[in-house]
Formats: sequence, C-alpha cells, structure tokens
Amino acid sequence: MSSTQSVKPTRSGQSTHTIRELTAAFSIWLAAGLVMAILAWILIDISIRGLSQINLSFLIDDVTDAGRSGGIGPIILSTILILFVTLSVSVPLSIATAIALTEQLNSESLLARYVRRCLDILAGVPSIVFGLFGNAFFTITLGLGYSILSGGLTLSCMVLPILIRTAEQAINSVPLEHRHAAAALGMSRSTTLFRVILPAAAPALAAGIVLSIGRALAETAALIFTSGYVARTPESLFDSGRSLSVHIYDLAMNVPNGGARAYAAACVLVAMLLVINETTALLLKFAGLGSTPHAGGCR
Amino acid sequence: MISAINLSVTYHGKIVLRDATVKAEPGKVLALVGPSGCGKTSFLAALNRMTDLIPGANIRGQITFDGRPIDSVFSNRAELRRHVGMIFQKPNPFALSIRRNIELGLREHGQRNRDELRQITEKVLRDVGLWDEVQNRLDQSALELSGGQQQRLCIARAIALKPQVLLMDEPCSALDPLAAEHVEKLIQSMRGQYTIIIVTHNLAQARRLADNIAVFWTRDSVGEIVEHGPTETLFGASSNEIVKSYLSGRRG
Repeated sequence: MSSTQSVKPTRSGQSTHTIRELTAAFSIWLAAGLVMAILAWILIDISIRGLSQINLSFLIDDVTDAGRSGGIGPIILSTILILFVTLSVSVPLSIATAIALTEQLNSESLLARYVRRCLDILAGVPSIVFGLFGNAFFTITLGLGYSILSGGLTLSCMVLPILIRTAEQAINSVPLEHRHAAAALGMSRSTTLFRVILPAAAPALAAGIVLSIGRALAETAALIFTSGYVARTPESLFDSGRSLSVHIYDLAMNVPNGGARAYAAACVLVAMLLVINETTALLLKFAGLGSTPHAGGCR
Repeated sequence: MISAINLSVTYHGKIVLRDATVKAEPGKVLALVGPSGCGKTSFLAALNRMTDLIPGANIRGQITFDGRPIDSVFSNRAELRRHVGMIFQKPNPFALSIRRNIELGLREHGQRNRDELRQITEKVLRDVGLWDEVQNRLDQSALELSGGQQQRLCIARAIALKPQVLLMDEPCSALDPLAAEHVEKLIQSMRGQYTIIIVTHNLAQARRLADNIAVFWTRDSVGEIVEHGPTETLFGASSNEIVKSYLSGRRG
C-alpha cells in the first residue's frame, strides 16, 4: 500500500466526518439556545402575567386582604432592610477574611486550609438548615425574635462562604507585578493592599457581592423562621418583616387566588436584581475600575 | 555611587550568582549583558532588596552607597527603594488612573500638597515625553495606554520619587520596535541625571546606551561577572575570549 493511498480520505469517511461536525455544531447551538429559551420563557411569562398589575400604588401601598389587593410597599421596605443588614455584616467580614487568607496566612498553612474546608462545607449546606440555625441562635438564644435583624444575620451566614471564596479569588487574581511595582516604589504592605490590590480586585469583588445579593433576594426558607411573615411596615430592625420572595411564596402557596399578585411581585423582584446589577456596573465604570485591558499593553 | 562587592544570590540554598563585584558610576549608564539565566536579574533585584519578596532568596556580600554600607545609609526598605528605583521588563502600571499611578508613591512618602502633586505629575510626564499624549486624560485608567506608553508611565512614576539610582530590567524587551526606540531615547536623555543600571539582551542597545558594561556568564551553572569596564574598551579589544566572542555575536 503506497503512502498516498493511505492518507487519501475515503468517500464514506468524509461523509461521516461531515455528519459528526454538523451534529456537534447542532448540539452546541441547541444547548445554548435552550438555556436562553428557558430564561426568556420565564421572563416573558412573568412579565405578561405580572406587568399589567404593576403601578405606583402597587409599589407603595400597604398589603391588604392577605396580598390579594393593595400593594407591596412594606414588603419592598423589609426586603431592602434585610438586604442592608445582610450586606453590612457579610461584606466587611468576608473581605477581611479573604485578606487574611491571601495576605496574612500562608495559603498552605493548616489554619488557611481548615478555613477553606469549612467554607466549602458551609456553601453546600441547604438554606433551610441556615433557617433552623438562625431561628435557634438569633431569634431564640440571642433573643432577637422574629425580626429583620435575625433574618439579615441568618442570610449573612448563608452568603459568607460564596462571598469569601469569590473575594479570595478576586484578590489572588491581581497580578503579582502590581505587588512588585508597589514594593519598588517603597510602599508599605497596607498601602499596597488598600490602594493597589483592592482597587484592582474591585470588579471581581463587586461581582461576588452581586452574586450573593441575588442569593439573598431569592431566599425564602431561611427567612420564614427568622424574619417571619408579618406584612406590616417595619418600624425598626427588631420588627418582623416579610421579604419579597417570602411574599411570593405565600401568595402562590397559601393564599387562594393570590397567583396573579405573586407574578406582579416576582416582576418587581426581577427588576430589583437587574437594577442592582446595572448600578454596580455603572458605579465601577464611574470609579474607573471597569474591566479594562491588562497591564502590558496590547499583547 | 552604588557598588556591589562579592555579591552572591542564592534561592533555597542553591547559588545562582557568585561573587559579583561591580561599580556603577554616578550619572552614568551601566549595562549588564549576558545569556539568560546567568544572574543579571537576581543581581539587580539584590541591589534594592526586591529579593526580600522572592521566597527562599538570600543574598551575601556587600552593597555600598556612596562608599557606605547600604543598610546604614537607608533606615528601611522603603527608603532604600525610594532612592533606588526599579523599572520592570513588563510594564506594570497599577489598575488606577494615570494620575493616581504617579501620586500614589509620592503620597506614600509624605507628599500631600495637591498643587505640588499636580506640578510633579506634569513635570515627570513631560520628562518622559508623555505629557502631550495624556494631559487630557489623566483620570483615565493607565491600562488603556499602549505598552510603550505604559512603560514610560512606569518610568515617570519611578522618577517622581527623585531616586539617585534607577535599576532597569530589560525595559524595552516587551515593547514593539518603535515603542522600544522611544523608551531607549528616554533612557539616553536621562543620562547624567540618574545613575542607571540596565539589564539588556540587545547588544547593540547596550553599546548605544552604556558608558560601562558588565558581562555575565555561567560557569558550572552559576552566574558570575567575567569582565566589566568601559563599553568601547570591551567591544573593541577585550582580552577575555568569552567576552570577545559574545560581544561580537559569535556566541551566546
């Protein structure tokens, strides 16, 4: 058999090849298309059923008739307050922990490894377990009762693992060159950290925060036991408050004929997420920290 | 100005540079040349103790500044690195605005007056020939600049601290030829104002830039300086066979 014959593709081989290529391409496009279609379906479904009921009074009025009429003013306020508590506890704590893991501790030290292991396990704990823990610890042991504070603190425990791991990655992904440049300019470790490393890590840090806001906003199980069901306007952080997702759950499951209103509330929740996402991107752009080309110019 | 006497560098106990002795004369350019892996960058990093940042790195021997041991001249590393600046092979501006890149080091060393910060920023940007290109976008990210512009910004950032010595580790090698020429001209223009020690693989560049050169070579996989002296003397008539063949391009 001559060498020219052995490399010459046969007719059937060629068509198998073509079929395989086409199948691969088709499957990939199908998968990507499916993902987009599901998202679009959910969004369109929610919008069609929900948007028509949304107006200003829906957004600011009190809840009446268990949510079948009136608005969701107190619910939005409670949601924002719970989110506020969650973030003001979890963001400083997680960034500090991430700094400890990356800058202070040797990344291979026993403590660092244990902290990481704990976080990974925590990240996999179902949110209902966080709810039970929050109920036992914050509402009963600490005596905070069913309150926005209890709910917010429970959610911060829940989002801590994801926040710390994303913050750790964000800090680690700042190129070593930045540290060298700072050292060569005679800058101290703290200046380097706060003026060089953290600003450079800001976009990735923000992405982690937005991700955990999403998880916190979506949470119902952990909140039912901690911040409670009360749909009144909260007067302080020690009052019980119903979050949007708890409200949606309640309308859909417990209130006969509440489904339509549940869609409207879901619309508001999705809109909130989009606004938070876009605002973060805009803020970063304003601060001159948007995702830009890396050092080293065009490579 | 700055000299090394019997300077050796080890990484995790393994020696990479042995007994390097060389003197950089004030206001002159000293080029360190030689094949890769013969300790040039280690030598440079030892001079401003950037070796502290490299795990396992250790240095032996003496470094003097104006004839006195360097540790007695500068009370700490920050002071040392302020007076002995460094430019890296790959431009490494911070992910901040052009202005902040220059101000950050100045603020760290106690310069907080806004007017003076502005004046120094303009002056150093003019010195590196970047002012006309960036004066209208000082608050934009430094990462949006081209590679050559980034490197000139890094030089501006270093000279804003008024160092006496500038260490440059192949400052042109990551740049395209035009940008490299620009940076080379800049270094040329800085002669006399700063004592410059530059590592380069470009022998033609070393010949154009340097007043003195030191040739590094590897013997038994340890780097050492085989000869140093005035550039033209070494290029013209070196007595050392290795240096002669390396500088003429026949070896290395």
